Amino acid sequence: MSAAEEVVTEAPAIEAVPKRAMTLGLGTSLVVLAALAIAPLFVKNFIIFQMTMLLIYALAVLALNILTGGSGQFSLGQSAFYAVGAYTSAILMEHFGMNYALTLPIAGVICFAFGFVFGQPALRLSGVYLALATFALAVAMPQLLKLGFFEHWTGGVQGLVVTKPDAPFGLPMSQDMWLYYFTLVIAIGIYIASINLLRSRSGRAFMAIRDNEIAASAMGVDVALYKTLAFGVSAGITGVAGGLGAIAVQFVAPDGYTITLAISLFLGMVVGGVGWLPGSIVGSAFIIFVPNIAEGISKGLSGAVFGVLLFLVIFLVPHGARQVAMVAQQMLGKLKKN
Amino acid sequence: MELFTNQVLAGIATGAIYACMALAVVMIFQAIDHLNFAQGEMAMFSTFISWQLMQWGLPYWWAFLATLIISFVGGIAIERLLFKPLAKAPILTNVAGFIALFAIVNSVAGLIWDFTIKQYPSPFGSSPFLGSQLISTHQAGMIGVTILLLIALYLFFQFTRIGLAMRAAASLPESARLVGINTSWMIALGWGMASAIGAIAGILIAPVVFLEPNMMGGVLIYGFAAAVLGGLSSPLGAVIGGFLVGIFENLAGTYIPGVGNELKLPIALALIITVLVVKPAGLLGRPIVKRV
Repeated sequence: MSAAEEVVTEAPAIEAVPKRAMTLGLGTSLVVLAALAIAPLFVKNFIIFQMTMLLIYALAVLALNILTGGSGQFSLGQSAFYAVGAYTSAILMEHFGMNYALTLPIAGVICFAFGFVFGQPALRLSGVYLALATFALAVAMPQLLKLGFFEHWTGGVQGLVVTKPDAPFGLPMSQDMWLYYFTLVIAIGIYIASINLLRSRSGRAFMAIRDNEIAASAMGVDVALYKTLAFGVSAGITGVAGGLGAIAVQFVAPDGYTITLAISLFLGMVVGGVGWLPGSIVGSAFIIFVPNIAEGISKGLSGAVFGVLLFLVIFLVPHGARQVAMVAQQMLGKLKKN
Repeated sequence: MELFTNQVLAGIATGAIYACMALAVVMIFQAIDHLNFAQGEMAMFSTFISWQLMQWGLPYWWAFLATLIISFVGGIAIERLLFKPLAKAPILTNVAGFIALFAIVNSVAGLIWDFTIKQYPSPFGSSPFLGSQLISTHQAGMIGVTILLLIALYLFFQFTRIGLAMRAAASLPESARLVGINTSWMIALGWGMASAIGAIAGILIAPVVFLEPNMMGGVLIYGFAAAVLGGLSSPLGAVIGGFLVGIFENLAGTYIPGVGNELKLPIALALIITVLVVKPAGLLGRPIVKRV
């Protein structure tokens, strides 16, 4: 177009989130943790299962948050990493008889490698181009899993059935409740590790790249390394979530990991607040429960109701749950002063 | 060799569909700087409106014209009601808004017109074109309309005051405001035009893929891919990208063993990404240089 367009100063796609604003205070964290730990004692098994899925999706949203909110790279391909994690766990458990807990780190490592390798070509792409590339990955994954070549391992279109683990050491718990606490421990571990990652040297490098790539490289940040590293970490966490998801649902099939899943995770990130890690669980609650609520309001128009609810959320709080938390914090601060 | 020419011709025929959609995608990208994920659904809705008008007895071209006007106004209305309030929100929030719009339009269309597949008439007929079995007169007409549309858009952006104002508003909003351009209305105008072009695309595509609420799902993906391949800032690039994607897709399906219908899309996308890795701004796009 015009010569002027060649030197536009463009605002960064993801606004800067200060490091401290990325987490919750210690007190609030403990309250949330206590609620998550006690809640399953009072509810039915099906609700416990839903809470397990809530944590699993929260992990996947958290992973996307590290990638997008942390390093400023956009991805619509998270469902592919989730699928790889789920299949790794399922294949190791069913074909090799491996213990379910041991399959998770392997799923994480394989997905980390996959994400790291995928991050290489993605290096040259940004914005919508990166979105398209990751989108292609998400579209291709279910088709690849269906290929006859892998059918012996993946079970083709039918997928694989995974056995649900019992509580160990003869603990008096239902399978669902055991799996919930198992997931909760892993989720907390990954959450703390992620926060520490973002506070570390690498985390600062991610954020420098997010805010201004050229300036970051001028400061001596190895842009290529940290961008692919962000992809790897994000994919690795998503892979662990995928493995947990396979164990919780007891089933993996190619059609469970379509682009719809990637879009859901993206919505979860936006609703929770981009770059605000605790928001991941809020976003995950949104993508698990709101479609059900929409279906409850109107069967025929569930899509429209979901869309309207989503619009309501982004109209009221365009920055997601982070905005709610910040307003609440300010009000608390005022109360303390008075 | 004959197989090859035939596949290329068939690719051009399907490519015309993608080119149409890609034009609409580029149009809105020019105006608002985002990809509108709901574009396909908006086009589908417009096509249903024209179908409904014809069911009520309006002749084809009157229904066509009325649909264009309704879509234009509808596009502006959507921008004013839903996206203007989000203008200050982060980009990713806007993308979530597009996804919400997608869900709403799809579900409302399904409720009004249900999900059965409907025939849609073509003004060009469907006999073989110039004796070739691969391109029908409708597809030839579609290619013709796409090219006409492209020329019209070029003239509009290059030689009219309002076209110039729209370009200014999109590339440098602050400076455009300083010289007295109402940038907010330029964005609304962009939405209206994109919606009208989408309606044309939908009406041209409907006789080929048949009319139903999910008709645009696949087409939009290819349309995006075509627009990105051609360069998002170039309408000509979008049209060329559309034809290339159509040809890619057909040749991959024919020559790479083991590629069924299912793997066509991933392979087409993979090729596009390969091109993008070499030329990150698309074939005809202009690389954007940022000031640090």
